[in-house]
This record gives sequence, C-alpha cells and structure tokens, in this order.
Amino acid sequence: MIPRWLYAPAAVGAAFLLLPLAAIVARVEWSEFFTLITSEASKDALWLSLRTSAMATLLCLLFGTPMAVVLARTSFPGQGVLRSLVLLPLVLPPVVGGVALLYTFGRRGLLGHELEVLGIQVAFSTTAVVLAQTFVAMPFLVVSLEGSLRTAGQRYEVVAASLGAAPTTVFRRITLPLVLPGLVSGSVLAFARALGEFGATITFAGSLQGVTRTLPLEIYQLRETDVDAAVALSLVLVVVAVLVIGFAGRQGRSLG
Amino acid sequence: MKKLVLLALVLPLVAACGSDDDGSSTTLTVYAAASLTASFEEIAAEFEAEHDGVEVRLSFGGSSDLVTQIQGGAPADVFASADTANMDKLVDDDLTGADPQGFATNTLEIVVPPGNPAGITSFQDLAKPGLNLVVCAPAVPCGAASQQVAENAGVTLSPVSEEQSVTDVLAKVTSGEADAGLVYVTDVQAAGDDVEGVEFPESDSVVNTYPIAPVEDSGEADLAEEFVQFVLGDTGQGVLADFGFGSTSP
Repeated sequence: MIPRWLYAPAAVGAAFLLLPLAAIVARVEWSEFFTLITSEASKDALWLSLRTSAMATLLCLLFGTPMAVVLARTSFPGQGVLRSLVLLPLVLPPVVGGVALLYTFGRRGLLGHELEVLGIQVAFSTTAVVLAQTFVAMPFLVVSLEGSLRTAGQRYEVVAASLGAAPTTVFRRITLPLVLPGLVSGSVLAFARALGEFGATITFAGSLQGVTRTLPLEIYQLRETDVDAAVALSLVLVVVAVLVIGFAGRQGRSLG
Repeated sequence: MKKLVLLALVLPLVAACGSDDDGSSTTLTVYAAASLTASFEEIAAEFEAEHDGVEVRLSFGGSSDLVTQIQGGAPADVFASADTANMDKLVDDDLTGADPQGFATNTLEIVVPPGNPAGITSFQDLAKPGLNLVVCAPAVPCGAASQQVAENAGVTLSPVSEEQSVTDVLAKVTSGEADAGLVYVTDVQAAGDDVEGVEFPESDSVVNTYPIAPVEDSGEADLAEEFVQFVLGDTGQGVLADFGFGSTSP
C-alpha cells in the first residue's frame, strides 16, 4: 500500500531514465547497423573492452574479496575511515581517478621510478586500461560482497570452527559458498562498470586502436567523424549493459 | 496539494536555469574553438569595453562539438572555428548569416617536456624507435594537420596515443608521460614553462586557417556582424598576434 500521488513523480523519473535509451534506438541507422558495428576499429574496440574488463574483474575478485571479508568480519581502529576511503572511487569523478593513477603509476609518479627500473612502462599500454578499470570497479565488488557477508551472518562459520575446521577450510567451504550470489552479482557489476569506464582511461591510458581505445573511447572519437557509427556502437554498449544487469538479477535471485 | 508544493519548489529551479540576465544588457553568445580560449577572452573584454551594455558570453569547445551543438539549435550568435572543414558543415546547412572569413592561421610545432629529455631536434626525430609520441587523432583538425605534415615530410609516425584534442596532447606532455607531441604553435606558447617547443621547417607546408561567421537566426545579427569585424580589425588581429597566431593576409 503506497500513497497514490507517488506514481506521478515515479513515472516522470522512469521516463527521464528510459527516454534517452529510446532516443538512441530511434536514431540508429538500422540498414547499416551491422556494417557499422563490424568495422575493423569497432571490432578492435569491442574485443579490447571485453578483454580488459574481464581482466579487471578478475583483479577485483582477487583483491576485493579478501578486502570485503576483512571489512565485514573484523574490527580494528580506523576501519570506518578505511571503508569510506576504499569506496571513494564510487563517487569520485573518473577523470580524477585518472589523474590520481597518473601520479601513482606514471613515469614521474610515486612508483614511476621503480617501474622504470623494472623495465615496466604502464602509460599508453593495455595494462594502464586494466588498472583504470580495476580502480573504478573494485568498490562495486567490495560493497556488494560486504553486504552479503553481513546479511549471511557468522552462525555457520562459528559452528564449523567449533567442529574443528581450520579458518581456511571455513572460508573455502562455508563463507564463500554462502555469499556466492553476492560474489556473482558483485563481479557482474564490476565487469559492467569496467566496460563503461571512460574518464580514467582517457586521462591515464591514452587512446590508440587495439591497445588502449576501448569501446567508450571509440564512441567518443567516432562522434567527430561518423555519428551513425557512434550511435550504433552506443546501442551495442546499452545491449551489453542490459544483458549484464539481467544476468546479475537472475543470478542474485536463483542463488539467493 | 503536495504535488503543487513539489511543483512550486521545482519550477523556480528549472526557470532559473533558463535565464540569468537582468534584462538591462544585451548578450552576444560566441562559440569559439578551444584553441582560441585565451585570445578570445581578451578580444571579448575589449569588445565589451567599446560597446556599452553588451555582454559577450563565450563558449569554448572542440570545433566539431560546437558545430553539432549549433546544428542542434544552440543559441550561438557567432561561430569561430579552428578549421574550414567544420565551418563548411555550417555553411552546407545554411546556418551561417554571412560568408565565413579567415581571421587567423596556425601551424604545428613539436612540444616536449622541459629539458627535452628525448633530445628531439627535428621532425624526423619523431620517428625514433621507442619514443613516446602523442598526436591528435586524424578525425580532429590538429590530427588531420599532423598526418598531412608527416606525409609531406615523408616521415611515418607511430604514436603511442591519438588524443581527442590539443589539450589532451599537451596534458600527456606536461605530465611527462609522453616524450613529444604535435600541437599548434599557439598551444606551446600558451603552455608557458610547462613545456618546450621545437620548431621544424616542414610545418609551413600545412597552414591551418581559422574562419569566423555570424550564425543564421541570431537574435543579434547586427551585433554579431560587428563582433566579426572587430575580430578582423586592428584590435582583434593585434590580440591574436600576441597569442602567436599568424595573420591571414599574405
């Protein structure tokens, strides 16, 4: 039972969010759609985006999962502050993230000298794209997983431990299976965020076909010359995003 | 009732977005290429000083972005483009109020971080293996010019990044990520001590002309024409020269 007057602003809000998507669909040149999205540059961009986003999601899982567990299951002084700081990339303008990464991994950055000694050049490489995507995507995984961990509670973990299971066994056999839905939807969200990453990438990684020019950068660049192709590729990203959200929702429900 | 309250709260906010003039002055809106930022701010100030009650509102951006906005009905009175190709788009759509006129020229220059760590002295040096060269993407005016210069010089460039604008190229050089970039002479001058410029003789082979024109349907057609003449006149040309632009008259 909700107040009836809520429907009007809700409808306006929904229209505001959905109308631009409809506008993209309406603007697509359907006769050339397939040719436009299968050009060499588009395919390179799509493939690069998928590869880097998958890699970024993997990094988020590797480092984000332990971080979520530490934040959800332990308490130490300054934890609240740490949590807020770790989640900062969620609200930070991505271009600021890009600048921050530049001053960390760039040639003259904090770690620039060390990386140069090791012979690693991050700037203008695909690695830089993955770093930028991981930076903006990891908080999504941490937030979503930490929530699942808190909801799941510690009862089963405590029981398993009292029955003599070692902490690693508890983590592997109890904790992880218990929060699997959160882990899956968190990864899917992180993947989607990585796929859409633009600001940090263009600031930090540059833009070169097949190396650093991901799908959003390709769309940005195409607006200058080929608006039809930019619109067609935008629709591809919209469709991918819809699929990802649908998948995340379904996984969340069926596993949860 | 609550709906009305909400409307009463929201409407003034929306209305406030629409207009911010107090009605006593005339506003002239000038859309200008990003590379004209500093020079046009000064020209606009001079123009305001000579025209009582006139406020010049400047909007800077990539020329093709500005064209898209004007085609979409943006309220521009004057358009100053960084290249003729973008101005031609407006002419083709009958959106110019008069024939465009060239008012400035620009040529390319190599830009390097202070101290020139990679030791670039000629255009040929840009083809050195292992060099982090950053240029504009061929789709934008400075990128098209870079491609043409490279072709004329018979040098094959393999940049590590093709950026969307001159500003992006400069940012990569000032931060030290790139060893060298190709931007306009005026950009090097505007960047000051953050970068060093390396001139090269081949740059003369591609001279970029900046055209200006009043926009059709301008509510201030006369004033728009006056502004165009002001840019073409002594004051405008003097300011542009100060900022390193070349003159269109031979």
